Amino acid sequence: MAVATAARTITIAEALNESIRLEMRADPKIVIMGEDIAGGAQVEHLEDDEAWGGVMGVTKGLVHEFGRERVLDTPISEAAFIGAAVGAAATGLRPIAELMFCGFLGSCLDSLLNQGSKLRYMFGGKATVPVTIRTMIGGGFRAAAQHAQTLYPMFANIPGLKVVAPSNAADAKGLLTASIRDDDPVIFCEHITMYTMKGEVPGGEHIVPIGKAAVARPGSDVTLLGVSLTAVHALNAAETLAKEGIDAEVIDLRTVSPLDEETILASVQKTGRLVIVDEANPLCGLASHIAGMVASRGFNWLRAPVGMVTAPHSPVPFSPVLEDAYLPNPQKVVAAVKEVCAQAS
Amino acid sequence: MNLSQDQLRSMYRTMVSIRNFEETVKQAFAKGHIPGFVHLYVGEEAIATGVCSALRPSDTITSTHRGHGHCIAKGCDMNSMMAEIYGKATGLCKGKGGSMHIADVGKGMLGANGIVGGGPPLACGAGLTSVVTGSGDVCACFFGDGACEQGTFHESANLAAIWNLPVIFVAENNGYAQSTPASYHCAIENIAERAASYGIPGAVVDGSDVFAVHEAAVEAVKRARAGQGPSLLECKTYRHHGHFEGDQQTYKDDLYKSVSQGKDSIRDFRALVTQHGWFTSEELDAIDREARQAVEEALAYAESSPLPEVEEVTSDVYVSYP
Repeated sequence: MAVATAARTITIAEALNESIRLEMRADPKIVIMGEDIAGGAQVEHLEDDEAWGGVMGVTKGLVHEFGRERVLDTPISEAAFIGAAVGAAATGLRPIAELMFCGFLGSCLDSLLNQGSKLRYMFGGKATVPVTIRTMIGGGFRAAAQHAQTLYPMFANIPGLKVVAPSNAADAKGLLTASIRDDDPVIFCEHITMYTMKGEVPGGEHIVPIGKAAVARPGSDVTLLGVSLTAVHALNAAETLAKEGIDAEVIDLRTVSPLDEETILASVQKTGRLVIVDEANPLCGLASHIAGMVASRGFNWLRAPVGMVTAPHSPVPFSPVLEDAYLPNPQKVVAAVKEVCAQAS
Repeated sequence: MNLSQDQLRSMYRTMVSIRNFEETVKQAFAKGHIPGFVHLYVGEEAIATGVCSALRPSDTITSTHRGHGHCIAKGCDMNSMMAEIYGKATGLCKGKGGSMHIADVGKGMLGANGIVGGGPPLACGAGLTSVVTGSGDVCACFFGDGACEQGTFHESANLAAIWNLPVIFVAENNGYAQSTPASYHCAIENIAERAASYGIPGAVVDGSDVFAVHEAAVEAVKRARAGQGPSLLECKTYRHHGHFEGDQQTYKDDLYKSVSQGKDSIRDFRALVTQHGWFTSEELDAIDREARQAVEEALAYAESSPLPEVEEVTSDVYVSYP
């Protein structure tokens, strides 16, 4: 399959697919594995074709190009295959494993908490674990408590892991490429509702460095900080606020670990106000961590308490009315910004 | 038996090195010279020796928190090992891993593992690397009877079977998962019987008979290298000491104790090879002295080595992290 060399508008799913395809072409040590990433393994009429191409279609067509030797359907054995991806990385491959929903972390946490993240340190720097774990985060699909979680704070709390969560198609391609090429284990978080979102994506090789936040919209009155879907919420809120005379700067974090503290602080220094939008649960979470970091390193610049729009301290509910109440959205962000601006000195 | 004099000598040296190393660690620990915990391999020497002598240097192993013996059998440097157990900067892992995470990836030793059942998924990964790169290497995955009750073992055995991975699952059944008897924690008597449920060969061998272990390992390695997939090798063995040093071992019954005392792979090896006239007692005594001296040197090296610099706390977490 030809990959475009010029920029064009494609979906996030297509952008991710393009990144994997280009990297697999360039590096024979890359294998991908996961449940139904091709689908239909050993079904005779599907030998070089797929049944699914991933539950969200991200890995469509890859088995056709790279064969079942490098596109490995797995049994529903997250502990074994996520651990195997770690072991393969430590012995010379560069695997990409798909943990379908991040809630399935419950079945394979040891591989990431005690093995993948720690081998390098425990072995005194003598192991390298270049594995990328792609996983779905987020609510909005009425998938309820086990299939709609946002667990990047849990991943980020583990030293040795890097944690990435793009908010648009171009970053999805660029950050996934950077993740695959990274020599450390990277947890790559994809929001369940965003695969069909379209955006302009550069053709050919495209890399967005891990650990660099983006100023997605410059502004002067307040800093809105989001990641993955909440960066989109922040941008939408900023449009509404602009009509009301509030000029918001939007920071798209893009990477949760390492955290780009300098970009956050530079923005807070400029605006004096900060509202953090985070779909994860709040206790010991991303929003509270960033609020703490800013209180510690940028207290004197703050003209108002830090605002936080997060999920509540509860599991994700099923009923649409409940899930909508649970999730952050642009209206909640606008309300939080107004509250912060009202308190500002 | 298809073993050369050199191979036999090497196997004997490995077993007595492990025994000496562990008894030395035991004494140093009792004196308070070693931080943390140590889990000793005394009584199980024939397993690591019999299996690793069937491997080539580029093959890999995964280990357990009773891992010193696996390290020595895979060729790790005893000076650096002892220094690691002492928490010194010159240790195999720069003092960051300790006894429970001792590793030497360059020697194919993918780590002792503090997590019971942590090794089997990693071993599948090493096997996958072999298949994808076509290296022909195999991975021997050591684990205890306790780990046989972890989901990771079952999942990994199944994954290795369906992906035809070159992995040799080596169950070191010493009869106890910590203080809990295998007769309680395991629903069947022979772990190897589980092989049937993964569609792979399973064998039970006497884990104190280095020749039996070696022979079974050679067969499993041959299959794995030929692309015929994994095997499960259960080695019945006896842990002579406690689960960890300091364990009062009140759970060991008289039968276990007496059988355990009667099982000594090193004594049996000596009897067999001298009986056959392959070695004289004097030759073996000389190997004993060399091994003892090497361990004494390792101890001196560890004791005289510098401690890590405090700045090392945060190094080696990542390859790069801004």
